[in-house]
Amino acid sequence: MSANPPTADLFRTERMRRRRLVNALVESAATVAALLAVAVLLILVGSVVKKGWGAINVDFFTKTPALYTGFGPRPESGIENAIVGTLIIIGLALLMALPVAILTAIYLNELAPRKLASVLTLAFDVLNGIPAIVLGIFVFVFVVIGHGQAAWKASFALAILMVPMIARSTQEVLALVPASMREASLALGAAKWRTTLSIVLPQAVGGIVTGATLATARAAGETAPLLFTSALYGDSVGYDPREPLASIPMFIFTSAEQADPVLHQQAWGAAAVLIGIILVASLIARWFADRSMRRMKGER
Amino acid sequence: MTNYASAISLQDPSERTGLPSAIDPSVVGVEPATETLPRDPIFSIESLTAFYGDAPAIRDVSFQIYQRMVTAIIGPSGCGKSTFIRCLNRMNDVIPNFKTEGRILYRDVDLQAKNIDPVGVRRRIGMVFQRPNPFPKSIYDNVAYGPRVLGLKEDLDGRVEEALKRAALWEEVRDRLKKSAWSLSGGQQQRLCIARCLAIEPEVILMDEPASALDPIATTRIEDLMHELKRDYTIVVVTHNMQQAARVADMTAFFSISKGEETHRSGVLVEYDDTKTIFTQPKDKRTEDYVTGRFG
Repeated sequence: MSANPPTADLFRTERMRRRRLVNALVESAATVAALLAVAVLLILVGSVVKKGWGAINVDFFTKTPALYTGFGPRPESGIENAIVGTLIIIGLALLMALPVAILTAIYLNELAPRKLASVLTLAFDVLNGIPAIVLGIFVFVFVVIGHGQAAWKASFALAILMVPMIARSTQEVLALVPASMREASLALGAAKWRTTLSIVLPQAVGGIVTGATLATARAAGETAPLLFTSALYGDSVGYDPREPLASIPMFIFTSAEQADPVLHQQAWGAAAVLIGIILVASLIARWFADRSMRRMKGER
Repeated sequence: MTNYASAISLQDPSERTGLPSAIDPSVVGVEPATETLPRDPIFSIESLTAFYGDAPAIRDVSFQIYQRMVTAIIGPSGCGKSTFIRCLNRMNDVIPNFKTEGRILYRDVDLQAKNIDPVGVRRRIGMVFQRPNPFPKSIYDNVAYGPRVLGLKEDLDGRVEEALKRAALWEEVRDRLKKSAWSLSGGQQQRLCIARCLAIEPEVILMDEPASALDPIATTRIEDLMHELKRDYTIVVVTHNMQQAARVADMTAFFSISKGEETHRSGVLVEYDDTKTIFTQPKDKRTEDYVTGRFG
């Protein structure tokens, strides 16, 4: 045996050099991938804002679309009806989806036998993957044909889309609440529903809000279900969900088809407004969730 | 068991509701005066066998637990100590496929009977767990949780204060009741859990290795507290720490693992007696081996 000094492995060798190279490669690939994802987001938002900026002014928020025949001065127009319509449709959808989704998640995590829960969870994942246009047709066939379009029917279609998203994310945070918390509550003579309501659910608020925000954001941009349920609207601002209401995605969709550069710009502007609404809603939801978590822990 | 009523009437009411005096350090280390305590059974366990699925975790356990004493359950890991204590307040109900045979009589009522409401059982028989598990709420809200759940809303502040005093935690937290319970140290959290349990005025407190996650100083405080509390409550404590059993318990039950005829290993009650007898003159060889440290 040739005398390898005991400190031999302290020195750089060819193999070590290769390891460090591979390490550097993987690290930089991961970093580049992360930067690319952010870059795509920035480019996307940036180009939407850039192309739509010219359309955004006070009139854009306070006026309704006006027909321009190509003669004379162009009338001022905006998308107030679409903004109001989107807020109503999404608000109603959230109202329908949230209670069902939370109760479903409670059933799956707290009550259902384990095997049934895993089958139902799989079913929800499948439902999560169903294209929105299929849900649109479904609602169209069962509640629109013969009865006419209505904003609440659009909300219903979007709620079907939102329930599995919110339920799954709620279920995941419910599973993170330690069993010792449930035990402590049960041992104090609290019934199961009380334990769930007072101990388990408050600890899951953050996850529920995150899920609801993501689902809302996705639903707010869906166009396909609206085509079937709330597309035949007028140019005035409507508030009655029993009638079809305008919406931002529908405005973008219809305007982009027109041979009119001003409408194209307005479509971009509407997209920027939609992104803005989602951003503000997310921030408010996040702030609300953080505050309730702090309250729960007794830090005021 | 019939002399329960007389035992209650003999109790000075002012002593029952009065605040515990400051903990007397001389109490610690003094041998429990078992001989002078009246032995009124509060639990009669009759041939209790408990199964997870088909495997019996404990088999054919029979003994009586006496009122206003500290009863320790000791034994090696896996002998079913925790399973046993969780039978006493039906905490095992939440485990799927758990079932029992035999009877657990609590004041002559069979806790396993069909018409027994486990939620009601847990209101009378409180529990403190191995790891402190305060809710992520304020100190006040932790203690007030039980009374609120049970609708005991009158003088909630007084009730919370009383419970915290009995758990010897009041002086440390009186200025920060609205602070998060998670800001307390481990030992304080465990005393908070005891206060939370006391706030619903249980008759029995089950403690499942209440000090095993605590440092020696915090452990001492919990043990002092057990000495204090047994004047008003019946305490059943599971411990893997024999010295602790010797320090706090009036009665001690030694559980061990029996291989049995079947392939399953299951816990059995080997010996139950005065703590002093168990530790000095055990009748069973297995008890002797365990308490002298030759086994387990």
